[in-house]
Parts: sequence; C-alpha cells; structure tokens
Amino acid sequence: MTGPFLLLSDKDNVLVARANAPEGLAVALEGGTVILSRPIPMAHKIARHPIAAGAVILKYGMPIGIATTEIAAGEHVHVHNIRSAYTATHALQDADGLSAGVSL
Amino acid sequence: MMQGWLRADGRKGIRNTVVVAYLVECAHFVAAEIVARFRDRDVQLIGFPGCFPNEYAARMMERLCTHPNVGAVLFVSLGCESFDKVRAANAVDASGRPVKTLVIQKAGGTRATVEAGVDWVAQALERIARVPRVPMAVSDLVIGTVCGGSDGTSGISGNPAAGRAFDLLVAEGAACIFEETGELIGCEDIMASRAVTPELGQVLRESVQKAERYYATLGYGSFAAGNAAGGLSTIEEKSLGAYVKSGDSPIRGLIKPGDIPPGGGLYLMDVVPDGEVRFGFPNISDNAEIVEMIASGAHLSLFVTGRGSVVGSAISPVIKICANPDTYRALAGDMDINAGDIIEGRRSIDEVGREIRDLVLAVAGGRQTKSEELGHREFILTYKSFEPIGPACLPGAA
Repeated sequence: MTGPFLLLSDKDNVLVARANAPEGLAVALEGGTVILSRPIPMAHKIARHPIAAGAVILKYGMPIGIATTEIAAGEHVHVHNIRSAYTATHALQDADGLSAGVSL
Repeated sequence: MMQGWLRADGRKGIRNTVVVAYLVECAHFVAAEIVARFRDRDVQLIGFPGCFPNEYAARMMERLCTHPNVGAVLFVSLGCESFDKVRAANAVDASGRPVKTLVIQKAGGTRATVEAGVDWVAQALERIARVPRVPMAVSDLVIGTVCGGSDGTSGISGNPAAGRAFDLLVAEGAACIFEETGELIGCEDIMASRAVTPELGQVLRESVQKAERYYATLGYGSFAAGNAAGGLSTIEEKSLGAYVKSGDSPIRGLIKPGDIPPGGGLYLMDVVPDGEVRFGFPNISDNAEIVEMIASGAHLSLFVTGRGSVVGSAISPVIKICANPDTYRALAGDMDINAGDIIEGRRSIDEVGREIRDLVLAVAGGRQTKSEELGHREFILTYKSFEPIGPACLPGAA
C-alpha cells in the first residue's frame, strides 16, 4: 500500500491508482521506471508490464477483459485498449476520467 | 436493546409508516397531493404506473404494503385501471393493518379525493401510534445491499467494507440479501463454490447465465457511462467489485423479488425476469433494485457508491457508503459512511465494516440516515415476470 498505485493481486497485470496521478509522474515498476504520458485519475488502471494484444487482463487476480492492442508498461489500461469477454462497454466522452462530461 | 413495531405476522418493523399507493399513473398526482399535506410526518408515496395487469407488480405491491415498516395503507385508484385493487386491499386487511381505497372517479375528482385521503391518513396516524413496540434482535433484521454509481474505488473500499459488515450481521443471525445478477457476470463459478449445496451452486450459476443472455439480447450490460469515467472498463471488472459486497459467508439460498428469506444467513436475489425477454431492462435504475429487496422484507439497505448517489427509498432507510474519498468530500451531506478512508490508508476494511454494522443497529433503533433527514423517498416499480423458485433454491427451508 505504498506509492500512488495499488497491486491488488500478485497475478495482476494492471495497477490501480489510489489517488489522481499527474502526467509526467515517474512510477517505479518491476521492469523499470516509466513516466506517465497522461494523468491517471483515481481508480483508473495502468499496465504493470508490457501486455500483448489478445492477452487477458487480470485484476483482483481475475479476468476483467482482453487487450485489443499491445499495451506498454505504465500505459493507461481502459476502454480504448481492452474489451469485455461478455458484453460491449457503453461509454461516453468522459470515459477518460478527465473530461467533465458536460458541454458549455 | 432495539425496539420494533410488532406486526400480526410476527415480523417487527423499524419504522411505522403510512403508505399512500397510487395504482396507475393517472392517480399519481392525487396520491402525491395527499402525501404533501404530511410533510413532517412519516407518510410516504409509492405506486405502480401501468394500466396493464401484471402479476409481478401485484405481488410486489402486496409485499410492500405488508412490509414490517408499514403501519397503514391508503390506495388511490383512478377507477378504470387493470390493477386488482380489491385483492391488494384484502391482503393488507388480512395483515391486520388499517387500509382504505379511494377511487377518484367515484369520490368526486381531485379535490374531494385529496380531502378524503388527508382525513383518512390523519386518522391512520393516530391508530398506528398505538401499535405495540417489542424488543428486537439483530436476528429479526433483513438487510439488503446494492451498489450504484460505481467506480474503480467501489470494489476496493466500499464494497469490501459492506461485505465485512454483512459477515458480522450474518454471524449475529440477520438475513442479508445481495442481488443484481447482471453485475455478477464473470463471478458465477467463485460464487457457486460458496453455496451450501451443489444443487444451489448450480442454481446460482444458472441465474447469472440467464442475466448474461438477457442483457446480451438487450444490447447493453448493466454498466452506465459513468462507470467508465470512474475507471471501470468492462462489465466483468464492475462485477468483481460488486460481488465482494456479499462478504465471505456461505450462500444459503436464492430468492426472487418478494420472496421472504426463511431465516438468517446470506441470500442471492435473482432479479432478472424468467422466460423470453419482455418489458425491457430488468432494473432500470438503482431504486428498482432497492424496492425489490424491500419487497423481500429488507428493513434497510446498504448502498455503496463511488461516483456519488443521493437517493434514499420509501419504506426502508438507505445507508449510503461512499467508496471514493473525493466524492465523499464533494457530497458529504448525502453520505453516511466514508469508506474512502480505506483508499487513503487511514482506516482498514475491518474498521469501516464494523462502523457499518454499528450504524445498521443504530438506524434500526431509530436514528435517521442522511437520505431520511433530507427527505429522500425514491420509489420505482415497473413490469416484470418471474417463475416461482425451484426446490434447490432454499435447501433446508422445507
């Protein structure tokens, strides 16, 4: 429970932000330090290590989806690069966790 | 020692409410006008909007109007709707509660019906004030849990803490209900392994498979756009977070909306309709889930939110548990429990679980929840159809 990212299970290939993590933050991963290329909002996920396209995403030690593309270590893991093995996810413009989701 | 209002069927209520129930949308306004005259009294509005008959809605309405938290019932009918108001009133009368049915078409329209309703409710409040209060134990309680406005914090803080509270309450003899099989997709095998018999395990697995087929036909999972904004990427990720609300106790049975748990222990409520896909989405919003657990006797509900919900419920209080510390700071006036402390490392899951269990007993003893204080009394009931549960669903209850 140290640092801005949580590892929920040793089996997992994603880490969960326990607070909003700013762009440019250096994050120490097992494979080396990565620099966040975008802000990661609280409770969003990053890749613990490189993930191949088609690989199963594990969180809580359990499958939560399938990578639709290759994902680099430290990259945001979300609706743009993983898909459900069950029902397609319905998301709006604010799915990045950064947009307000309201127009002016 | 908690005190409960003793009802004729032996169940005990933690509130003593007069319910005003409209039996079609056409009677909604008149019923609401009656309730509005009792702003500072425990008089609450429920109802069913449809004009077409539906066995599920009839059964739900009967269960809700004979809920232990309800002391008296006023039905408001337009007059020509299909709802069987005689059957409903007979069920309430047989339960020993004061009941009255006003038919707008026969009572003289809006003004006359409102006046008659106000007079009757005033008398009913006096009558139910004389209902005896008796000692009540944790084992007399039925408690539901639901999550709404989930985000990526829900499965890490609020839901595990609610699960810990469920473990404590089950150990003390309470009946605890979790539900929303559409949000258990991906958890079916691990959940089945907790059933008290292999046959029940198979029934639990099949209930989730039914939900998966149902939602696939409708084209959307039980997943709102805000779930994605909060960091959840897929239905199975949301499910794994939602599943931990159930805690670690053995699963004693599967019930459907309106089935009363036959004793203490943990139960799954199967909320997805049986048969072909009809009437649309199983539960169109969070309060539909809460209403179904109340129909199964829930005295109160634990509502875990990450994005932030403000709802309460008619009939049974809602305890809101906020999983996300930022949301808690933004909506503190609506939240009863700050499980965001777990995310920020200030308190453990066990500590928050114990706080939830203690608050359940305090609310059962009469303390108002935040949503009660604010006047939230949300309610929604729509069309569904169910087959009765099979023999494998409640092992040991026969």
